[in-house]
Amino acid sequence: MAAPSLDAVLNHSAIWRGNDCARVAVPSVPTGFAELDMLLPGAGWPAEALTEIYAERPGIGELQIVMPAAARLTQAERWLVMIAPPHIPYAPALLGHGVRLSRLMLIRPETVEAQLWAGEQALRSGSCGAVALWLNRVQERALRRLQLAAERSGALAMLFHTARTPPFSSVALRLHVSKANGRVIVRILKRRGGGIPAPVALDLHGVTGGQPATLHQSAPLQARFLQAAHRSVKNA
Amino acid sequence: MLWLALHFRHLPLETFTRGVRGSGPLAIASSSGSGAPLVACDRKAHARGVRCGMAVAAAWALASDLKIVMRDETAERAALERVAAWAFQFTPMVSISGPADVLLEVAGSLKLFGGLGRLRQRLEQGLAELGYGAFVACAPTPLAAQLFARAGLSVRIQHHDALHHELEKLPVSLLDHSPEITAMLGNFGVHSVGECLRLPRDGLARRAGQRLLDDIDRAVGRLPDPRSPFVPPPGFSASLPLPAPVDQVEALLFAARRLLAELCGWLAATGNGVQSLRFTLAHEDHADTQVVMKLVAASRDHQHLTDVLRERLARIELPCAVTAITLAAEQLQPLASHNLSFLPDARHHAESSARFVERLRARLGDEAVCGLAAFPDHRPEHAWRVCEPGNDAALKELQAPPSRPLWLLVSPQPLREVAAIPHYDGPLSLLAGPERIEAGWWDGNDVARDYFVARNPVQSVLWVYRERGASGGWYLHGIFG
Repeated sequence: MAAPSLDAVLNHSAIWRGNDCARVAVPSVPTGFAELDMLLPGAGWPAEALTEIYAERPGIGELQIVMPAAARLTQAERWLVMIAPPHIPYAPALLGHGVRLSRLMLIRPETVEAQLWAGEQALRSGSCGAVALWLNRVQERALRRLQLAAERSGALAMLFHTARTPPFSSVALRLHVSKANGRVIVRILKRRGGGIPAPVALDLHGVTGGQPATLHQSAPLQARFLQAAHRSVKNA
Repeated sequence: MLWLALHFRHLPLETFTRGVRGSGPLAIASSSGSGAPLVACDRKAHARGVRCGMAVAAAWALASDLKIVMRDETAERAALERVAAWAFQFTPMVSISGPADVLLEVAGSLKLFGGLGRLRQRLEQGLAELGYGAFVACAPTPLAAQLFARAGLSVRIQHHDALHHELEKLPVSLLDHSPEITAMLGNFGVHSVGECLRLPRDGLARRAGQRLLDDIDRAVGRLPDPRSPFVPPPGFSASLPLPAPVDQVEALLFAARRLLAELCGWLAATGNGVQSLRFTLAHEDHADTQVVMKLVAASRDHQHLTDVLRERLARIELPCAVTAITLAAEQLQPLASHNLSFLPDARHHAESSARFVERLRARLGDEAVCGLAAFPDHRPEHAWRVCEPGNDAALKELQAPPSRPLWLLVSPQPLREVAAIPHYDGPLSLLAGPERIEAGWWDGNDVARDYFVARNPVQSVLWVYRERGASGGWYLHGIFG
């Protein structure tokens, strides 16, 4: 009998190496970014678990990285529920990202308790594909409740915030989103399966959701600004 | 023919007590005045020695905290009619008989409900949900079923041969004749129906009257016994008195659950679903509180209606304790019943999301839950609309314009300018634009703007515009998120 090669032994699913993410079969939804999928256990956003997306500042692409998955879910007739978003989710842009608006629900509760309650209800309802919550300063206990609700939901549960949270929370996946040189940098702070991989830079194909043609990136930025401002003033 | 008889022995009492969970000692008097006899008393009163037939004064001597309520025979009759309407979900032939009996002809329903045992189980469960404890008996003739139910025997006789044998054991006093006849028969040494049957028929008819003989013949099945079918009313309205005023929502919900169970049975019987419900909560000395519950989709699911009501009640403030609760179904819609399916289907999904919306709205208010639709207008603030969640009327062929941010600000935010360069967390640099939007002259909200995609030093991508015309200021209108 030939001895199995070292590679074959190491590839066995029962063997986990510390510098590597354990290969686990968890229900997930592909993110739409191959680079990001490679870093996530289950190769996608984890369904049935809470994902925390911590954006360094609002408006740097934290929402765009979830749009491909959210759009795919709405096309599959699952609900995309947004709870207490900080601004108006702009319908034409969502349409541009491929979201089916008839599967979009906006919930604006007044208090934090009501927001958490609505999130829990959304996750428990069984008809939602993705539930996105915008919460700042959330209690650890409330997070655990959401995590429990998410575990039985089969839906993506996304928690967005810009404030720091306790680092040892019960959340399954924590991402830090920042931006440098026009590219979105996603750093994984915590994931199931262990190991903290190097940050990944994502190209969001411009800021328009699939229409990169309108961006003029070649001209020096300040010069472009002055030219454009000039034109605008002349036209006025 | 197979008849199920429901006998409500404690109806005078249950009319009052079924809306509350565990009341104090309570007795029902036949009329006002301290000499009036009691017709019913609850378990707590019974434990103190209070018995039916006792005068009110005597009962009070035994239990000073006994609450005595006057019997309400119209309410009992109405309650019986509502039970009959509720029972329509099991069979199309329901009949009310006497002061406290409801009869169901179930021969045709056995297959649908999976046999007599299951049907009875469902019926008894349903009655418990309504708050009634009824004796249920089953026999091939309506009168026999009634007699067994009155005797408190929950028999299950499906064949005539067995009926004859069982019927003979029943006391003749159950036949609802005058006490004189029962006493006379007792003097003969005749106590049971069987003994009556063994007497010569013509002699018995002469002494006790033809009616007794006819009744026995009907019970055995020798004479036809047609019953007038009950017709369910076209609308639903029911009220429930609360013997002890209630000021807690949980207790109110308990009473409302009873009414909702009645409603759901009636809806199932008439093939309808309800879309709007009105609860009227009566107070001792205050105007009634009205609670209207609107649903996204018609429903007749007891659990769901209860869930929505729980959230709805949690939002209201009761001015004072509630003494009675009335439920009226306002908006009805035909609702086909379900086909059972092994796999969850699209309809199931649609229904569960409608329920989800209802639960949210009941607690958060109608405005807090909405959907979004795109609208063909060049002005960014007019290019979207709020709509009902799940509204498919949204324009599908609408083309998304280029460079639109995921977040739109509720109102454009003026930007600070330093040396003609707009600032937002630092000076902005423009990435794309201008995109000129000039529209809206027709409705007075005209805009003339040049939109740019801009980035600030901390890398947020923003959607800004410059007002065209005299003012010419810079504004932030969206964030690319």
